[in-house]
Amino acid sequence: MNVPASDTMIPVTSKKDWTSDQEVRWCPGCGDYGILLAVQMLMPELGVAPENTVFVSGIGCSSRFPYYMNTYGMHSIHGRAPAIATGIAVARPDLDVWVITGDGDALSIGGNHLIHALRRNVNLTILLFNNRIYGLTKGQYSPTSEEGKVTKSTPMGSIDHPFNPLAVALGAEASFVARTHDLDRKHMMNVFRAAHAHRGASFVEILQNCNVFNDGAFDDVTGRQAREEMMIDLKPGEPIRFGVDGHSGVVMGSDGQLRIVQVADVGVDALLVHDPSRADPGLAFALARLSHDDHSPTPFGIFRDVDRGDYGQMVGAQLAAASEKKGPGDLTSLLRSNGTWIVGS
Amino acid sequence: MVVRFAGDSGDGMQLTGDRFTSASALFGNDLSTFPDYPAEIRAPAGTVNGVSSFQVHISDHDITTPGDEPDVLIAMNPAALQADLHRLGQHGLLIVNSDAFEARDLEKAGYATNPLLDESLSQYRVVEIPMTSLTQKATEPLGVKSRDAERSKNFFALGLVSWLYSRPTEPTVAWVESRFKDLVKESNLAAFRAGYNFGETSELFDHPYQVKPATLPAGEYTNISGNVALAWGLVAAGQLAKLPVFLGSYPITPASDILHELSKHKHFGVRTVQAEDEIAAAGMALGAAFAGHLGVTTTSGPGLALKSETLSLAVSLELPFLLVDIQRGGPSTGLPTKTEAADLNIAMYGRHAEAPLPIVAAYSPGNCFDAAIEAARIALKYRTPVILLSDGYLANGSEPWLLPDAASLPDISVPFATETNHVADDGTKEFWPYQRDPETLARPWAIPGTPGLMHRVGGIEKEDGTGNISYDPANHSTMVHLRAAKIAGIADDIPLATVVGDADAEVCLLGWGSTWAAIDAAVQRTRREGTKVAWIHLTHLNPLPRNLGDLLRTFPHILVPELNLGQLCRIVRAEYLVDAKPVTKVQGLPFSAAELESAIKEVLS
Ligand SMILES: Cc1ncc(C[n+]2csc(CCOP(=O)(O)OP(=O)(O)O)c2C)c(N)n1
Ligand code: SF4
Ligand SMILES: [Mg+2]
Repeated sequence: MNVPASDTMIPVTSKKDWTSDQEVRWCPGCGDYGILLAVQMLMPELGVAPENTVFVSGIGCSSRFPYYMNTYGMHSIHGRAPAIATGIAVARPDLDVWVITGDGDALSIGGNHLIHALRRNVNLTILLFNNRIYGLTKGQYSPTSEEGKVTKSTPMGSIDHPFNPLAVALGAEASFVARTHDLDRKHMMNVFRAAHAHRGASFVEILQNCNVFNDGAFDDVTGRQAREEMMIDLKPGEPIRFGVDGHSGVVMGSDGQLRIVQVADVGVDALLVHDPSRADPGLAFALARLSHDDHSPTPFGIFRDVDRGDYGQMVGAQLAAASEKKGPGDLTSLLRSNGTWIVGS
Repeated sequence: MVVRFAGDSGDGMQLTGDRFTSASALFGNDLSTFPDYPAEIRAPAGTVNGVSSFQVHISDHDITTPGDEPDVLIAMNPAALQADLHRLGQHGLLIVNSDAFEARDLEKAGYATNPLLDESLSQYRVVEIPMTSLTQKATEPLGVKSRDAERSKNFFALGLVSWLYSRPTEPTVAWVESRFKDLVKESNLAAFRAGYNFGETSELFDHPYQVKPATLPAGEYTNISGNVALAWGLVAAGQLAKLPVFLGSYPITPASDILHELSKHKHFGVRTVQAEDEIAAAGMALGAAFAGHLGVTTTSGPGLALKSETLSLAVSLELPFLLVDIQRGGPSTGLPTKTEAADLNIAMYGRHAEAPLPIVAAYSPGNCFDAAIEAARIALKYRTPVILLSDGYLANGSEPWLLPDAASLPDISVPFATETNHVADDGTKEFWPYQRDPETLARPWAIPGTPGLMHRVGGIEKEDGTGNISYDPANHSTMVHLRAAKIAGIADDIPLATVVGDADAEVCLLGWGSTWAAIDAAVQRTRREGTKVAWIHLTHLNPLPRNLGDLLRTFPHILVPELNLGQLCRIVRAEYLVDAKPVTKVQGLPFSAAELESAIKEVLS
């Protein structure tokens, strides 16, 4: 998502300009701190002004985020941030609107709003903090919790099949879909930068550690020791490969399934070349589903980045076309538009 | 109400009209009929000369429409449309058999182009129904050949209109059974039922507002329905507030027409979004309000229930926000196409915790225009959500409306905050989003894009002034009281209640909303008969006019007619300790003047 250049002055800001005076109150060690820092460090680089930026969130630990940004912001209702943000972005396409949400907020109570904001392609940058748990309400399972998960509300283990957030977003044909994680600030900043640059709805899943209720959920993939073998870094135009010296890669089998193979066995040319600009979301969907748990190689980066008209601009264009055709609205003639008659005195 | 059936002379229109008249007579209405046969007995089928019509004028009280232009025209083919359209009143309901609009039919009727496809019918409420094919489908299982089925389509039309006007079906069914035999009987009955059921499932709505004063004050008039007036009122409110209008809405009978109407007025800068549900619709409107638009959401009862949490947020955020509820029969899906005014309780109390908000109620179709402006005025000035109540009767009813002079409409614009409003101890200039106007208690409205006024709002309790999150017990108490005081204080900014009729009467009627027409008629009649009666009609239901309690206490008897089980009645009893008595009706129909007249007589006897 980006802001149309209203004038040529590029605001010069520092991280301090983006930081509010409110005390940050997440649990010590929470992954949310790293995400906040990444956003606050990124903002000055984007050349946008705090007064033209709005952060909207739902409810959850993650949704406290707007209070910590020195921008316009709204901490709204559980699940409803994409709808409220839609109103802001459609009313004011000149603004830069970010949505901060959690896995419960976005995919449970707010699932409907999320998919519709993505479907409409509203100019929003949506950051979903996925800790696979309800943090704020102290540890119930969430719609991204794995089957078998034991929580306060699932003492015998969860029997709910989880959502894969990226697959949900791609199913709604989101025009920008990416994944990053809270331990790699540089990676987050790169993904957020691209998400912000995209015009339309951008959806970013951030694997986020809740060290109180779901500690270490992603360690097997994003932990420092694991990363090299378990994180698949998606690079546009390059074959999809990972591991020390890129020993492993992703190929599409003759059955249409994506598989992880040893590059030595198949050769580099057999590997799938990543192309986020592919119009059809099918391959991105398959990539999103390559890993079904947090213990196997998992793709990160930008899965999809395609152009599809920005909803707020299209609404504005219809208004402009109507004014062009009918001239600016005139109340006196509106009141007479269905014909009138005179009653004499 | 005047209904005109028009079709080819072979279409059985006389029979249809006659049956409808009989069913209405059994219903206890006053009637006058006007059969209109083709001049040429053998005029070719499908031509204008071959059109046969039947007009029936039905009224349930003695104030009737001036002239006798039809309110409803049922046109079975293009020739009927060609012949009779000019008779239909503006905003009249036009029901056409869309199956009969093939090129050949159009040509025979003298149409160069299909009127259903161009804008020539835009001033009517057009309902296109493929009556021929629906009749064929309904009779097919009986083994009726499709050519023969054609002959039953007048019964489809009859069923449909019987639904529209809540006519009993039994007399028609009995009549068909006695008059026809075998397959023809079965086919007519199937078509009749199919038409009736079509009206029900497609939520066709018509209980036209019928009271039209015989003498109108001089001026320029248009005929307007409540929903169109309300939509125009919202357009006007945007203009008067110098703000773009943003409507978030999810279709629901009988509110959808406001969405349709507003969607036509994009050249006024009106943005409309058909949201994924009512919660989103409200959320979008609230988001737009935060961004500096006049945020509006329109709905009916079930949708209002869904929007409750957003209203509470709006109360807490103290942003201008307008919710329009076109009430219908309930609970749940209830009677979606019938009127009721039973959402006063949810409007008053239907939010968690202490979350008061102003309520405005429209009383006539034309008044929906003013009510929309008034509701917007309050929302903007006091930065509060406002609920505007209308109902199905007003929404779909229409009346001659004296055009307001656009130039004399009130300026309801409010300034956005552009400057900091607080100086900290160390001299830094700050913006405090909850620094209130001492008079209105409204907080500043600082919209994104304003440099230096960046701030966060949210549902968590905030400190008065700074707006920072606060869990302090005393502050919460302060805020709850402030929010309540702000709404209560609006009483100083709304008109005092006025008494119509006899101030020294023994009985006073206290009304609100669409009961206005029936109360007006009942009060006039009662007074004409020499009995004194007083009447107060409320346009603001929260807060109530400052003088209402004192006024009510001067009357020995207070009657509160409502299309619910006494919701306003309970409020005034609780508020003023007066012995108000409810007069209730919950049949999905408006009061008749006679019903209220007898209620007055009863209390005085
Ligand atoms: C209508 C409503 N229902 C329930 C809640 C309670 N609630 C607040 S946050 C939350 C779940 C948050 O989980 P998630 O979205 O994953 O955010 P996290 O705290 O993990 O960041 C729930 C159930 C609420 N605030 N509002
Ligand atoms: S509960 Fe979990 S997600 Fe919430 S602040 Fe604490 S560590 Fe973070
Ligand atoms: Mg969570």
